[in-house]
Parts: sequence; structure tokens; C-alpha cells
Amino acid sequence: MTQLVSLPNTEAIATARGAASRTPIWRKLLRDPQAVITVSILVVIFAMGILTPIIALHGPNESDLSMVNAPPGTAGYPFGADESGRDIFSRLLHSINTAAIAALLGTGVALAVGVAAGLIGGYFGRVTRASTEWLFSLIMTFPGLLLLIILMPVTGGDYRITMLIFGVLLAPGIYRIVRNLVLGVKNELYVDAARVSGVGTVRILGRHVLTVVRGPIIIAAAFMGGSTIAVQSGLAFLGVGSLAIPSFGSMIASGFRNLYIAPTQFLWPSLLLGLITASLVLLGNSLRDAFEGSKPKPSKVGAGQRVKDSSNAPAEPAPGALLTIRDLVIAYPTPSGRLNEVVLGVDLEIAKGEVLGLVGESGSGKSQTAFATLGVLPNEAVITAGSIVFEGRELIGLSDAAMRPLRGKEIAYIPQEPMSNLDPSYRVGSQLVEGLRAALPISKKEAKSRVLALLERCGINDPARTFDSYPHQISGGMAQRVLIAGAVASRPKLLIADEPTTALDVTVQAEILDLLRDLQTELDMAVLIVTHNFGVVADLCDRIAVMRQGKIVESGSADEVFHDPQHEYTKALLGAILDEATYRTDPPAQLQAQGGIA
Amino acid sequence: MTLLDIRDLRVAFPGRGFRAAPVEVLHGVSLQVAQGETLGLVGESGSGKTTIGRAVLGLVGPSGGTIHFEGREISGLQGRKRRGLSDDIQVVFQDPYSSLNPSMTIGDTLAEPLVTQGATQRDARARVRGLLDQVGLPSDAVERLPREFSGGQRQRVAIARALGPKPKLIVCDEPVSALDLTTQTLVMDLLVDIQRQTGVAYLFISHDLTVIRHISHRVAVLYRGDLVETGPAVDVTSRPQHSYTKTLLMAAPVADPGEQRRRRLERKAATALAVK
Amino acid sequence: MIPYIAKRLGTGVILALLVTFITFMLLSTSYQDVARTMLGPSATDETTAALLAAKGWDRPVLVQYGDWLLNAVRGDFGTSVYTSLPVAASVMQRLLVTLSIIVPALLITAVISTMLGVWAATRGGIVDRVAQGISLIGYIVPGLLLAIGLVVIFAVQLKWLPATGYTPPAEDAGAWLRSITIPVIVLTIGGVASLAAQVRGRMIDELRRDYVRTLRTRGVSSTSIVVKHALRNAGSPALTVMSLEFIQMFGAALIIENVFALPGYGSFAFNASLQGDIPVILGVAAFGVILVTVVNLATDLLNGWLNPKARDH
Repeated sequence: MTQLVSLPNTEAIATARGAASRTPIWRKLLRDPQAVITVSILVVIFAMGILTPIIALHGPNESDLSMVNAPPGTAGYPFGADESGRDIFSRLLHSINTAAIAALLGTGVALAVGVAAGLIGGYFGRVTRASTEWLFSLIMTFPGLLLLIILMPVTGGDYRITMLIFGVLLAPGIYRIVRNLVLGVKNELYVDAARVSGVGTVRILGRHVLTVVRGPIIIAAAFMGGSTIAVQSGLAFLGVGSLAIPSFGSMIASGFRNLYIAPTQFLWPSLLLGLITASLVLLGNSLRDAFEGSKPKPSKVGAGQRVKDSSNAPAEPAPGALLTIRDLVIAYPTPSGRLNEVVLGVDLEIAKGEVLGLVGESGSGKSQTAFATLGVLPNEAVITAGSIVFEGRELIGLSDAAMRPLRGKEIAYIPQEPMSNLDPSYRVGSQLVEGLRAALPISKKEAKSRVLALLERCGINDPARTFDSYPHQISGGMAQRVLIAGAVASRPKLLIADEPTTALDVTVQAEILDLLRDLQTELDMAVLIVTHNFGVVADLCDRIAVMRQGKIVESGSADEVFHDPQHEYTKALLGAILDEATYRTDPPAQLQAQGGIA
Repeated sequence: MTLLDIRDLRVAFPGRGFRAAPVEVLHGVSLQVAQGETLGLVGESGSGKTTIGRAVLGLVGPSGGTIHFEGREISGLQGRKRRGLSDDIQVVFQDPYSSLNPSMTIGDTLAEPLVTQGATQRDARARVRGLLDQVGLPSDAVERLPREFSGGQRQRVAIARALGPKPKLIVCDEPVSALDLTTQTLVMDLLVDIQRQTGVAYLFISHDLTVIRHISHRVAVLYRGDLVETGPAVDVTSRPQHSYTKTLLMAAPVADPGEQRRRRLERKAATALAVK
Repeated sequence: MIPYIAKRLGTGVILALLVTFITFMLLSTSYQDVARTMLGPSATDETTAALLAAKGWDRPVLVQYGDWLLNAVRGDFGTSVYTSLPVAASVMQRLLVTLSIIVPALLITAVISTMLGVWAATRGGIVDRVAQGISLIGYIVPGLLLAIGLVVIFAVQLKWLPATGYTPPAEDAGAWLRSITIPVIVLTIGGVASLAAQVRGRMIDELRRDYVRTLRTRGVSSTSIVVKHALRNAGSPALTVMSLEFIQMFGAALIIENVFALPGYGSFAFNASLQGDIPVILGVAAFGVILVTVVNLATDLLNGWLNPKARDH
């Protein structure tokens, strides 16, 4: 085996970060005022509902004709009485229970049906899934409320049966969510590993799948609770169902009828209904935040890079250099508010027509440096110091509008993953044409012919066909050629290639490297190639800069760095490269005595 | 002694669309893995190498051919019989980020296969500590979640999990491809040490010829679902017979500018010849 | 393409058959009650039986369904039990009224949601908060209360718009517009609540994709990236949501028609249901399914145009 220099440990256990995200859900909820308030409101309201036998002053349908439309504050009728002389307070209490039962029935059925079907449809094979799919599309396509109305003669308007049916109608929503989650989990490697370990299907569903599904179900339950109550109220408002059962809907209906005579009759049930539905919706939102964590924030596309006001005067560019980077520091804000530096003072220069390899392992900051040069760092990133000078012009601090003329025209970029860097909705040719016309003021026709010529130059056999294809119709290697064509179309002075061959097969890799070399010679481009692969560097680069944890630890010509590395880290990296002369010399091992599982 | 014997294996996947014809990804591949040896399976994307691994593991069903393990036909096994194989055949996957359940602690993940096979909680916990030791991880890892560990460390956990049931064969599906250069070497050394200590055999799948060369006793080369060459590692990876293997060898760039220049010219000459 | 449309239509036909059949089966249990109601308090067992025989409601259910089906495919959905008016014509007329509030609501919802969603996703800050707030209000306040609230404010207090009633556009376009204004507003608020949040969420996700960054490195303008690329990709799932919204709105429209006394589809179904007017109910069910199928088909076609990957399914 190769000699290993003892390596400094580049793998640190991020304990602090880990501990923070292990807060149990209920604790997160306790800290969220929205969650606390809404839960309290709901608990109070439904508790009152349960206590109805004790606190109600009258029966819900007990009517006293002498009390018709009594105003609030009447003795024995704190909220007044309605058009039939029934106590509004007591009716409100009973309505709470009606709403609670409606919610439980509807949500319960929806969850039971939806979750079970989702688990089955998601986990088991194609045929099972196809049938559950079909069934639920069927249910989903029909306007639920209409169906409930149509079935009125059958259900007799009994709100409990109606809610059961409504639950079934709500089930497809849950089914979709659960099915997608299960499908996602099913394809995860840890499920495969569990299967290989002999874990049975039931236990896999229970242990691995259900935990993923649990959060969304709880969130959905909150929202569905709100919508079942709203729907039941709606139906009751329309007069569906027995008039003997008190509900918010029927109270609102009678209140509506008496709006001019006694407006408060409308007020009480509306307030209570609104309070319950609002609380459920807001609770659902809080649950979502607790379970799923904070979602990505909105970001302006052309915001330009954030630069901390630095007192650095632009540094003197190295003479003759096309690109000079001095003391570049890039940081990201942490949840605690501090800035975490990922690039800690990088110095680099590239001369015209020179190929520089920026080498490092993951997390070294090499891609960040490349993005900063192009001005496309994510919006959260902050450049806290340093300067990037291109052809005598300082790039840091330029607005996005000022950077745009440079991008694509003077400085070009080739990404790592070809497929995810093409817009899946547009044909390949039109994307290339758009890119070219953004850089050069030429006509569509002119752009098209240039693009076709370029595609051919980049080794694509049938340029016209590729031009008309969508990204998902071409292979990875072809996609990378397309991206290269797009990058060099305007004959840029500097090409930044970010791990251009890492995602490709080795035979394709070799062809792409050949292509890049030829293009570089032909166009006399300077190239900054970011990579972790020393073979790629040996193939293409004139000079090398080695990066580690945000700093350049060594730089020099390719021959120098390969044959006479100075820095410990460079030596370690080169030492870790598997050389071509080492083989397994030991014979196949003898099997040790198998004990059973202790 | 032949541990794994694959004969004329064929695997086909259902075609896309409603009544599309199935697509065959393996066209009758035969290989053997002897006890305690590492067979390196090398190929590019679309070669079918991962599919062979999955077929051996029972994750995908063959459409033809046989797979014998210790003389027993295993390719058609379902349910409990298949699960019974789990103490003989295990797996280490490529992606250290999705091969561990993110919401299970390391201890639970490692104990799961042991408990499934009937170990008591106490015994499982003791064994887990031993496994962590074997792969060089601290014992307090038991309480932690995967996200607190780096890629290389997670891969060690995956290896520990595979070792738990004391398997005779471990299918390693690109176990080092997603790791940094320095970490790669450490993990590969670990795998070799474990093989020497326990006598386990590896079916080692990779697209990287240099990795394969380092760890394999014998090598098999796959191209588009066909086996094109097989033999001792030294022979196949330095003096290949088949033109595809030669292409693979020459395409991999060497980490030395002078050498690479020579190889590049050689490769271009060979391609020019092939075109003629 | 053609086989795809055929498959969709086929599914729709099966759905129509299934729904009407099940409805028919379920309703057939109430023929007795309907007959009794028609005859009034003077009904006796004999007169009821005679009425059932006269209407042909005492035949086996399958036969009756077959009969209905044969007529239906020729466009004859029978006549209302109570008004004796042809079902097909009445249903269509009422459907048009409902569509006249749903379609404008949907269109306005789509436009506002897109603008709000894109704006919120690309600006963040205060604009985002405001957009989320608007969404939240739409979610929290049940449509019922919103409808009544708006009526009270605009029709009763300010007397700008009519509280109830519907004027057909042919009669008086201005009055028609005024009569549908509040209903459309109510539907729109509910629709925007859910759609704007969806658009915002998808736009945010879309803008974080790799190809967005690569387009920037080519020098493509932000506007072009947002509108031409991100929105188109985010649009596809939003379209599915919109078709669901359309179906939802039918339900919401039902309540609104009641509050505003609009002679629409929902109230027609409701009354028929209450009265047990079986031919009408069947007609309503059948037309409902047809409408939903057409909407789904249209959405799928539109989706296929927007999202080329989906076409290869």
C-alpha cells in the first residue's frame, strides 16, 4: 500500500450544529408564540364544549317564545336569544361539540383512508400503485360539495354521515402526500440496506417510512380539521341536515336572516367559527415550521454580491495578469448571527492564455472563489475583504447590471453537473441562442448558425438534432459539450470550469479534456479549472494552486508542484493518489471461525 | 472454494410507458467470487455493474440465469428464505449521505440487523461497541445522528453495519467514489484490513480503474451489459487484452504531466488506428 | 398525443358512467318518498304504487338506468319531475351562470397570484410579508363569513352593489357585472390565498436551481430568467393546483349562490336534491363529471405544452 503521511484531521465532528437541530418538536412548539396561543384558544373552546352539560343554561332547542330576539345581557340569556327564543349561549356550546365531532369524523376518515392507501400505493409495486392512483384520481376529480348535496336524499342530511363521506373526499390529498413521501423513502439507500439486513416489510414501513410521514400527517390534520368544520358549517348554513342539531352554520343562517333586527345574533357564531378555523390554520403553519424547519428564503436574482464595506483599496494587479485575486475573504452568516468564513484570504493570478488548476478537497472553498469571480455567489454570502481585478477593473462591489456585460462575453463558466444546469423546459438550441444573444448583439438567425457550427466543433455528431432536443433527451456527455459550446461561443478571455469532468464517465472525460485543450489553444483563452483530480490537472494545467480550508497553501508551475511539492498538505494529497504500480499482493484471506451472533 | 457463482445472469427492467418492451441491461454475465477474495467489477455508467450487485443482494430479480451462493441457488428466493441470507451477504453503498437513516442514531442503525436476527438488546449493544472499535470510530458515536458525521465517517458506519452479522460476502457498490482523495485511501485500507482479519470476500464495484487495481485480487470488466474481460488484477489492469479495457486504461489521466502527455498521445494514436 | 387524449376521454367516460350509476343506485332507494311527496298528504299506498308504475319507477333498477343512459347519450336527459322542463337545457343555463362567476374569478386569481407570488419570491422583505399576510387572511376567514361580510359592507352599508339577484348579461351588461362583482371577489380572495403561496414556494425553489446560476453566467438578464425560465418551470405544478382550485370553487360557489340568490348550478342541484327530483340530480351529476373531465384534459394538455418531460409519459 502507498505510504501515508499522517494527515491532519480534515474531518471535524460538527457537534454544536448537531445538538441544536436535535430539539424535540414539542419544545420547538412551546417556543413559538403562535403555536402556544392557538393551542390554548382551541383547548379552551373545546373544553367549554365538553363542559356543556354543566355550564349550559338551557337546552339547545329549548325555545321560550317570550324571549324571541332578546338582546344580549338579558338574565339567563347572556348572549341573547334567537328568532325562536332559544338561548344563544347554550346553542354556541352545543355547536362547538357539533364542530368537534365533524372535525374528528372527517379528518379521522381522511387520515385513515389516505394514509393506509398512501403507504400501500407508495411502497408496493407498480400495479398496486397504478390501481390506487386511479381510484384516488377518481375521487379527487369530483367536486366534493356537489357530491354531498347530490347524495342528500340518501344520507338524509345527517351531518355525521356527510362528514364521513367528506372525509373520503379529502383522503386523496393525504394519499398524494403520503405516497410521494413513501416513494421517496423507498428509493433511499438506507431502506435497501435494511432489506439486505433482513428487516421485514412491516418493520421497514413502521420504522423507516412512518417517521418520515408523521410530520406531514400531523400538519395536514390541523388544516383538514379547519376545512371540515368550515364545510360542515357551510352545509348547515344552506339548510342541509336536521334543524334540531345546533351548529355554527345554522346559527349564522338564522343570524343572517335577522341581520337588521338583531345584528349580534350573527356576530357570536361568526366570531367563534372564525376563531376556531383561524386557530387551526395558524396552528397548522406553526406545526409546519416546527417539523420542516425554516424554508429557503426569497432572493432577488440580480441582487449582486454582498460586500462588507472594506477599507481595502483595490490592490495593484500583478503586471500582465488577466485576473488578479488578492486577500479574498468570503463568509456566510450562521443561525447565531456570526459570520463563518469559508475563504480566508486567497491570492491568485492568471495570465492571458494560461491554464491554472485550483486544486483542493471538498470544503476547501475553491468553487466559492470561482463564483465570486463571476459575481454569482448565493445572496447569503458576504465578501468581507479582498479584491478581484480583471483586465485592470475591480470586480468586487460592481452591481449586477455592471457585471452582466462581462459575464458570458469576457468571462465564461462551465458547471459540474451538465443535466441540472440546463433548463428542462426549453430546447437545447434555444437556450444556447439566448445565451449568445445576451452577450453579443446579433440576430437570431446569425446566432443559430453560429451555435450549430459550435456544436459541431464541440464534437456533436448531429448538431441540428441536438439543437432541437430537450435536455432530458440527450446524454450527460453531450450535455456537457453543449454547455462548453455555450460558454465559448462569444470567445471569452477567461473560462472558469468548475469540475467539468467529475460527473462524466472516464472515457467521456478524456474526450472532454481533449476538447477543452483544443479550444483553449484555438481561442487563446485563460482557463481557471477547479478540480480535486490531479490527473485532470496534469493533463491540462500550466500552473497549479493548492487550496485547503479556504487558503492557498502552495502554488507554482505544474512541474514544480508535481515533482517538488513544498507544503505538507500538497505532499499528503499527492501521496494519497493511488499510483499505478501497486497491487494486492496478499492472497485471498482465510475465513475466520464463524461464531453465531453472541 | 467458490463462494458466489453467477452463471449467465440476465436482468431486464420494464420499459417506460404503458406497453413498452422491457429493456435488458445484463446480457448473460458469468462470474465467480472465491472465499476471502476481492473481485473488482469495473465499468462505466450503463455497464450493468450496479445491477449485478443488486441482483446478488436480492434487490432486483433476474430475468434469466442463476446465482449460487455456497452451492445454493439464491436468485429466486423471497420472503423469509431471502431474509435468512442476510447473515451471509451484506452491502456497503456508495452514498454515505443516504445510506443511513437520518433520524436513527448510529447505535440503532447498527443494532437493527442484529436484533432482526434474534440478538437480545444487551448483546446487540455490546456487539455494536465492538463494531465501532473495528472501524475506528469512538464509542460515543452510538448516541449520535448521521448528520453529525463527515462522509468518510458515515461510510465507516456503513461498513460497521455490514460487518455486524458476520457475513461471508460483502457487496461494495462504489464505496469510495463519493469521498475525498485522502479519505478514500483510509477507507480502502480499512476494507483490506477487515478482509485480512475476518476472511470476508468482497464483490467490489467501481468505475475507477485505479481504485479497482488497488483493492482487487481479480478483476472483471463490464461494457453495456456484457462481460468483456476477466482475470487477475495485474493482468487486466496493466496488460489488458480487450480493446475496451485498453480504452478505459488509457482514458484515465495520470497525475504526472509528462506521463499524461505520453498517455494522451498513445490514446490518440490508438483511436486514430481504430477509426481506420 | 392522440392516444393520450383518447385515454383521458376514456377515463372521463368511465367516470361518468360510474358516478351516474352509483348515484342512480343510491337514489333508487328514495323513489317511494319522492312519489309520496309528489302526491302530497292525500297519498295512499295504492296511489303511490300507481304513480310509481306510471313513471316507470317500479321496474328493475338496471333497466331504468339503461333506459336513462340510452336517452342521455342522445342528449335527452329527461324532464324535471316537478317543473316538467327539459333537464339538459335547465342544467346548461344554470351552469353558465355559475361559470360566469367562476371563470372570471379563476382568471383574476391566476393573474394576481402569479404577480404576488413572483414578487414575493424575488423581493423578500416587506413585500413578502404582505403577500403572506394576504394569503393568510384568505385562508383564515371562511368563505361564508367573507361573503356575508362583503355583502354587509358593500351592499347594505355603502349601497354600491346589489346584495342579491342576478341579471343575465344579454339583458343588461352593466347590471350583470354589478351582480357578479362581490361573488367574484369572494371566490378570488379564497383562490389567491392558496395559489399565491404555492407560486411563491415554487418560485423560491426554482430560483435556487443550478440552471438559474448558469444562465446568469451567460449574461442573461434577471427579468428573462425569472419570467421566461423560472416561472415556466414553476408554472407546471401551479397549473395542477389551479385545476383543483376550479373544482373547489364549484363547492364554494354553492354557498355564494345561496347568499347572493344567484340562479346557479349549485343551488339548482341543491333544490333538486331537497325535492328528490331524480332526473335533475342525475343530469347535474353527469354534467358535473363531463365538466371536470374537460377541465382536467385541458390542464393536462396545457401542462404537456409547458413541461416537455411530462409528454414522454
